[in-house]
Amino acid sequence: MTHPVCPLSAIPPGEAYRWAVEPPVAIFHTEDGQVFAIDDTCTHQDASLADGWLEGCEVECPLHASKFDLRTGRVDAPPAKRPVRTHAVEVVDGVVHVTLSTEAPNLPPGPAVADSALTDGAK
Amino acid sequence: MTGTGALRSIAVVGASLAGLAAVRALRGQGYDGEIVAIGAERHEPYDRPPLSKDFLTGRCAAADLALGDPDEDLAVDWRLGATAVRLDAHDRGITLADGTEIRADAVVLATGARARQLPGTGGLAGVHTLRTLDDAVALRADLAAAERLVVIGAGFIGAEVASSARSLGLDVTVVEALPVPLAGPLGVEMGTVCAGLHADHGVRLLTGTGVARLLGSERVTAVELADGTLLPADVVVVGVGAQPNVEWLAGSGLELAGGVVTDAAGATKLPGVVATGDCAVSFSPYTRRVTRTEHWTHAHEQPAAAVATLLGGTVDNPRREYAPAPYFWSDQYGVRIQFAGHRTDGDAVRIIEGHPDDRSFLALYERDGQFVAALAMNQPKLFTRWRRQLRVPAAAPALMTPGVSA
Ligand SMILES: Cc1cc2nc3c(=O)[nH]c(=O)nc-3n(C[C@H](O)[C@H](O)[C@H](O)COP(=O)(O)OP(=O)(O)OC[C@H]3O[C@@H](n4cnc5c(N)ncnc54)[C@H](O)[C@@H]3O)c2cc1C
Ligand code: FES
Repeated sequence: MTHPVCPLSAIPPGEAYRWAVEPPVAIFHTEDGQVFAIDDTCTHQDASLADGWLEGCEVECPLHASKFDLRTGRVDAPPAKRPVRTHAVEVVDGVVHVTLSTEAPNLPPGPAVADSALTDGAK
Repeated sequence: MTGTGALRSIAVVGASLAGLAAVRALRGQGYDGEIVAIGAERHEPYDRPPLSKDFLTGRCAAADLALGDPDEDLAVDWRLGATAVRLDAHDRGITLADGTEIRADAVVLATGARARQLPGTGGLAGVHTLRTLDDAVALRADLAAAERLVVIGAGFIGAEVASSARSLGLDVTVVEALPVPLAGPLGVEMGTVCAGLHADHGVRLLTGTGVARLLGSERVTAVELADGTLLPADVVVVGVGAQPNVEWLAGSGLELAGGVVTDAAGATKLPGVVATGDCAVSFSPYTRRVTRTEHWTHAHEQPAAAVATLLGGTVDNPRREYAPAPYFWSDQYGVRIQFAGHRTDGDAVRIIEGHPDDRSFLALYERDGQFVAALAMNQPKLFTRWRRQLRVPAAAPALMTPGVSA
């Protein structure tokens, strides 16, 4: 299924947009105008790759600096070991469309820490 | 010691984060001789940070902690469960606890650190420190049957244990000798903000309070504070810092000063011996101080510089200093804390985004009008951008080199 996500103009070059599907997807707009979509959650531990540092076609995780190739999802630098899942992207009439991959995602161990669920057990 | 060509065998002592990073750097930098990696723990290299976080709460398992990658062929002779007890400076011979002798052309020291114990607390059941997987397994089992936890020490590991135990439903009290926890790394103002997380989650924090003794005959029953207060406890975690594993190097000719002393490129006083990770006391071009850094990123990245030093510094693989701004993170109560740079007393703190009360903000530390450090709670994106702007101060003095030419 292909989903219209947001206007490309909403993502300045060099920036990323976190699309809140389950699991979340990060859409990157590179400095030279390419658009890529990968799973937003780092395959190492719980960090959002949309918060990371984009350089060329590579994103560096904001927590422990694993690097992923946006084109293939490949790990370019550890500690991550597993590639991040990629999704097909198309820009149609200025709107970013993402076709979600049907492969299984490589999510980090443990349920994603999205909120205070972790800390409210005591109450 | 000459270039790479002369080295046929290299021993890496300490098989954890820094040891594995050194092995990877050796192979990555083209060394194809023998590698022997000696590790006192019987486990393959694993990641420690989750031990106080997701592993303690049961959200991840021991298998998830593996640092190694099964698809990676590093051609290493791993000697696990083997403790090095002596290093001979002359022939770089290493003696193991069982008497085995290992000879190597070069040695990477990566023996890390161990948890500091509180004097007089040995032998009492229910009292824990947390450094290793075995420690974490034991603590996790003990917490499962406990109601009241007292954590001694409100540093990062103490605070993370408190947070994890609280999420498991325990009644938690944290005792800290300093008036403000984390005032060293973060300063009083931001240390106070971080300490506030405990109260947010119903954890008692007692500061400026020493511990007199632990009560109990076989198992701990309470912690007695210096002012006589009794804190009933089923489990006690002592989180009062770490000390480097370097006693075995006494008499080796290495300079030991709260760790193995090295320059910014990992070189020690002995040719062909480098030290890296938590066991090294290194000159930092960034802080212009000689310090023992106890953070994950340092132990993960610095070995590449130490290995380049060992391999001789060729044109293709030049000798390099490890110079980036120190960085660490901590996860407590669902809040991600990140810090980069170096703070000293007198630095001004300015919040440039968010508000500490919301547990989401970015603070900059400034000295003489210069940005020297950043602290964030739940602001990873903005933090990453500021962190990248932290560079070695322009007028860094010449390298301190303890008697080694590269
Ligand atoms: C519970 C916990 C949580 C942490 N959380 C964070 C965090 O959130 N953020 C962060 O930045 N850092 C964190 N750290 C710090 C980080 O894990 C360390 O900086 C890192 O592990 C250092 O790596 P190392 O390889 O230098 O030393 P170590 O990890 O200490 O490993 C040294 C290894 O050498 C072995 N060894 C020691 N002596 C000998 C000998 N004589 N012969 C053979 N082997 C020997 C030891 O058994 C050990 O396996 C945490 C640490 C702990 C314990
Ligand atoms: S969480 Fe991304 S590298 Fe660790």
